Amino acid sequence: MKVAVLKGGRSLERGVSLRSGARVEDALERLGHEVLPIDVGADLVKRLVGEQPDVAFVAMHGVGGEDGTVQELLEILGIPFTGPSAAACARCMDKVQAKDAVELAGLPTPDWFAFNQTAFRELGAADALARLEETLGFPLVVKPSRGGSSLGVRFARSPGEVPQALVSAFSYDDRVLLERFVDGRELAVSILGDRPLPVVEAILLEGDRYDFEARYEIGRTRFACPAELTAEEERAVTEAALGTYRALGCTGFARIDLILGEEGPWLLEANAIPGLTDTSLLPQAAEAAGLSFEQLVERILDLALKPAAA
Amino acid sequence: MAEVPEPTHRRRSHAGTRDLERYAGLFAERTGVMRSSAMRDLMAITARPEVISLAGGLPDTSTFPPQSFAAQMTRIAQKSAAKALQYGPTEGFEETKDCILEVMGAEGMLPDPDDIIVTTGGQQAIDLVCKTLIDPGDVVICEAPTYPGAIPTLCSYQADVVQVECDEEGMQVEVLERLLDDLRQEGRRPKFIYSVPSFQNPAGVTMSLERRRRLVELARAQELLVVEDNPYGLLRYGGEPVPPLYQLDGGDFVIYLGTFSKILSPGIRLGWAVAPPPVMEKIVLGKQAADLCTSTLTQYFVREYFAERRWQRYVDDLVEIYRARRDTMVAALRDCFPAEATWTEPEGGLFIWATLPDYIDTSDLLAKALRADVAFVPGQAAYVDGRGSHSMRLNFSGVDEDEIREGVRRIGKVIAEQVELYEALTGEQRLSEPQQESAPNVLPFRKAGEAG
Repeated sequence: MKVAVLKGGRSLERGVSLRSGARVEDALERLGHEVLPIDVGADLVKRLVGEQPDVAFVAMHGVGGEDGTVQELLEILGIPFTGPSAAACARCMDKVQAKDAVELAGLPTPDWFAFNQTAFRELGAADALARLEETLGFPLVVKPSRGGSSLGVRFARSPGEVPQALVSAFSYDDRVLLERFVDGRELAVSILGDRPLPVVEAILLEGDRYDFEARYEIGRTRFACPAELTAEEERAVTEAALGTYRALGCTGFARIDLILGEEGPWLLEANAIPGLTDTSLLPQAAEAAGLSFEQLVERILDLALKPAAA
Repeated sequence: MAEVPEPTHRRRSHAGTRDLERYAGLFAERTGVMRSSAMRDLMAITARPEVISLAGGLPDTSTFPPQSFAAQMTRIAQKSAAKALQYGPTEGFEETKDCILEVMGAEGMLPDPDDIIVTTGGQQAIDLVCKTLIDPGDVVICEAPTYPGAIPTLCSYQADVVQVECDEEGMQVEVLERLLDDLRQEGRRPKFIYSVPSFQNPAGVTMSLERRRRLVELARAQELLVVEDNPYGLLRYGGEPVPPLYQLDGGDFVIYLGTFSKILSPGIRLGWAVAPPPVMEKIVLGKQAADLCTSTLTQYFVREYFAERRWQRYVDDLVEIYRARRDTMVAALRDCFPAEATWTEPEGGLFIWATLPDYIDTSDLLAKALRADVAFVPGQAAYVDGRGSHSMRLNFSGVDEDEIREGVRRIGKVIAEQVELYEALTGEQRLSEPQQESAPNVLPFRKAGEAG
């Protein structure tokens, strides 16, 4: 089978995407497929039309590749592709939309407020900050609505830290959200088809727990898979993740990040195209479920080609 | 002709999974401090062709005459092909050392050739010094900010890096003295003090003569080694030359590192270290273990190049080009950066260090700047402890004047957007008009959280 691997692009997560893509290409070759690597740029459509791949493996992260843009093109060209549909990708990428959908489905997500830059620049939204800070309490989390990894995510521990955190978050997107901080264990549930894989827990080993960058650095964070959970916790977490996956209309795969607090799971976000590098969580979870990386890649392809088989 | 079989895989084929956990148990402890980070990922995309990169530290190699290059290579092929293709002595060829003596002589230094080792770029010289002197946990002192490329080297030898703040006269030697006292109280002796005293990378500042004298005095009195890294010494665009630490000390307590990268070519990977004989002996053993010898071919290249007797003229040409680029960048900063921003105006070298209001994080700013197709190095890269987040390093040697103007204009625009947003958020009306008059070179090194 001829498989186009879409990777790179212009997003801030280009580096991770190239690593995901390279690893997928390796696996596809070992599986005996004909691999067509494409570093996504202005010639994407021309190359896809010229090469006529049977299926596209989308190994892109961040804006452009994970937000439905590339998926929409693939839908128009009639090329089957891996991962969620264009619409689902767009919903996952935008944390505000995602939280709306999750809440509408009756699932718990921390309280939040969202703002456009225009609201602050032209409508004096700053005057509303004090009120919502009172509602959310401190510390609170400030995030760009669309953006991957930990880029632009900041904790604010006091009102004085909010403006600076907002300036940081607005560096990545024109819309940001302020979210109530929920204390608890950090979990990630990867879903393949409609099957939840073993839960991964991120355990911060050293450093400031309010330092988001630490969470993505090997040596500063340890990942436990499967996470040590009671049967009841595991059921609650898995159900919440599956509910989110469905509420967002995901198909193929996705990774749902949540916090397990004292009163149960809180949904934070969904990643339509989670990382596939050798340190990424989805492949770790798949391995814990007994799937090698090749088997994982093959399964993802199957789901793209035969969605009904899911 | 026999047909060469096609490799069956472009990359190495892996039998099973290559999940990190499989290998983690085998990694040396020092790999734990070799970190990758989101910021480094960001730096990876500065390489896009449409990006004006003020992030690199690249000299301009475009003016090196191709016919001169061709003639040298031809002479090597005709006269010394066999030798140029052979291994060479670990210390380097005597003829290469003669070239090094010429370069160092131009700054008033006259070392003993036996104290010199030719290395694979200045970076290997740093690595070999670390390899020779650092045990895990040893204290090494360097400037704040320091050369970003030295940090991974120091960290890979598990040094406990302590940084001493700079101001416009370079490392604050009074602060260093207090630090040395404190360390002595704790019974700790720093293995060495790493400094780029002239046109420092990244800050662009030059250590004053008074501080140089004091630093050398301290080193001699307390028997401390100073590692003087001097890649840019000959690239001076104004002001009076200051003697290198090596010259002031005479080579007892100063280890000197030099390179041909900035005066000839970084591609030839040729640098050197000068150290007292007992230290040099160990460095040579370390070099032998690392790569046996520095490329003989490029050593021959340098020898042929120096035989033409025009290397100083080439440096003079570079000085003219870089001076104009520095002036262009300084003028562009005045036009395009907000009034609260400060920056250094270096008398030489390749870099300007700019510091923004403390509510702007330059790593986040880089994300925004990349959308405007321009890049710089966020200041955090020059610190071991996460400081520097309001500063940035700007390179003016690697791109032409039009690109410098346009690059600085784009950065200025994204900064202005952040300033405006912050004002809207806080209601603070800050002075954010571009400066009209020539900006005084105000203290650029203040950090958030510090008084004043």
